[in-house]
Amino acid sequence: MFDLAGYGPQILSGTITTVELSILSLLVSFLIGLLGASAKLSKNRIISGIGTVYTTLIRGVPDLVLMLLIFYSLQIWINDLTDWLDNLQDTYDFEVSLNPFTSGVITLGFIYGAYFTETFRGAFLAVPKGQMEAARSFGMRPMHSFRRILFPQMMRYALPGLGNNWQVILKATALVSLIGLTDVIKAAQNAGEGTFRTFYFMSIAGLVYLVLTTISNFFLMLLQRKYMTGVRKAVL
Amino acid sequence: MIYIIQNYWKEFLFTDGYNMTGLAMTLWLLVISCAIGFCLAVPLAILRNARNPVLWVPVWVYTFILRGTPLYVQLLIIYTGFYGLSFVHGTPILADFFKKGIDCTILAFGLNTGAYTTEIFAGAIRDTSFGEVDAGRSLGMSQFTLYRRIILPGALRRALPVYSNEVILMLHATTLAFTATVPDILKVANDAYSATYNPFASFSTAALIYLCISFVLIFGFRKAEQHFLAFLKP
Repeated sequence: MFDLAGYGPQILSGTITTVELSILSLLVSFLIGLLGASAKLSKNRIISGIGTVYTTLIRGVPDLVLMLLIFYSLQIWINDLTDWLDNLQDTYDFEVSLNPFTSGVITLGFIYGAYFTETFRGAFLAVPKGQMEAARSFGMRPMHSFRRILFPQMMRYALPGLGNNWQVILKATALVSLIGLTDVIKAAQNAGEGTFRTFYFMSIAGLVYLVLTTISNFFLMLLQRKYMTGVRKAVL
Repeated sequence: MIYIIQNYWKEFLFTDGYNMTGLAMTLWLLVISCAIGFCLAVPLAILRNARNPVLWVPVWVYTFILRGTPLYVQLLIIYTGFYGLSFVHGTPILADFFKKGIDCTILAFGLNTGAYTTEIFAGAIRDTSFGEVDAGRSLGMSQFTLYRRIILPGALRRALPVYSNEVILMLHATTLAFTATVPDILKVANDAYSATYNPFASFSTAALIYLCISFVLIFGFRKAEQHFLAFLKP
C-alpha cells in the first residue's frame, strides 16, 4: 500500500527528528513554565513584572516571527560574544555555531514556555491555600512542600492545558523545516520533488502528524486518569 | 531599526507600489479566512451535534484531520501538492486557482480555522441548557426557528471568549502565508532582512506590528464580551 519510492528511511529519520524536537522543546518549555509561573506569582514586583512582560510579549507575537527573529539573531549574538571573549585573551579561539536542531529546541522552548507559564499559573492558583499552610505547619521546607504537596495537586489542574500545549508544540515543529532542519516535512518535500508526487508525500507527512497526535491523545487520557485519582465526579 | 522603518514603512503598512502588502495583506488574510471559517463552522457545528451518525461522522472526520495536522502541511498540500495532480492540471479553472499563492493560502486558512471554530461552536451548542430548548419547543417553534432564535444566539455568545482566542491564533497563523509567496508582514520583514542582513531589526519591526494587531484585537473582543455577555455580570 505504501510505495515510498526508496524515501522510506529519510521520512522515518525525519519523523524521529520531529519527535525528538517536540519532546526536548516540551521539557525546556515545561521548566521555563514552572520558573515563569513562580516568577509571576512572586511577591517581588520586579520579578513578577518580568514574568508578565515575558508572557505578554511572547504570546502577542506569532511563533514563526519569533522563530526567525531568534534563529537569525541568536547566532549573531553568540558570534559577538565569542569575538568579545577572543579580544579579552588570545590563547584560545572561541567558536560556537548553532545547528538548526539546537536553536529549534531553544526557540520553541522559549516561545511555548510563555504558554506553559500561563497554564501553570492558573493551576498553582487553583490549589487551595490551606494545603501549603498545612505543609508549612508540618515543617516542610519550600522545595519539599513544592515536590510533595503543590506539584502533584497542581498537575491535575494543569493537565488539560498541558495536553493542549503539547499538541500545539508538536504541530509547531512543522515550522522548524523553514529554518533548515530536516524534519518529516522537509523529507516529504525532498521526496515529492524527487518523484514529482508532492501531493502523495505531503499527505504521508500529514498522516505521520495525525498518528502522532492520536497516540499522544491516548496517553494524555491515561495521564488524566492517573492524576484524577481520588477526585469524585458528579454522576448525572 | 530606524533605517529599516524609514526604508520599508510603506511596504510594511500597505503597498510596495504594485500590490497590497504588509499590514493590509495580513489583515485581509485574517478577515477573509475568519469569515470563511465562521460561515463553515455554524452549519457544521449544528451537524456535529446531530443524532444521526451519517451527519456527524463526516464533520468529525473533517475536524479530526484538520486539527490533527499542522497548518503548514495543509498549506503545502494545497499549494504544492494539488497543482501536481493531473486532473487539477487538466482543468483550466482549478489550474488557475491553485497556481496563485493567495488563493491556496486563503483556502487552507479558511478550512483550518473552520475546523477549530466548528469544535468551539459545537461545544457551545452542546452546553445549551435543556430548559431553553424545552421552552422554545413548548412555544411551538420549528427546528429552524429554535436554532435561529434560541440555540445559536446563546451558543455564539458563550463561545465568544474561546472564539477570540482562535482569532488571535489565526492572526499568528497568517505568518505562514509568506511560504506561499503572499506578501504579508513577515514577507516584507524577510525581504528587509535579505537586503540589510540585519535580522533583529527587520523581524522585530514585524513583531511590533503583530503585537499591536494582537492588542487591538484583544481590546475589541473585550469590548464585544462586555456588550454581548453583559447579562452574565455578577
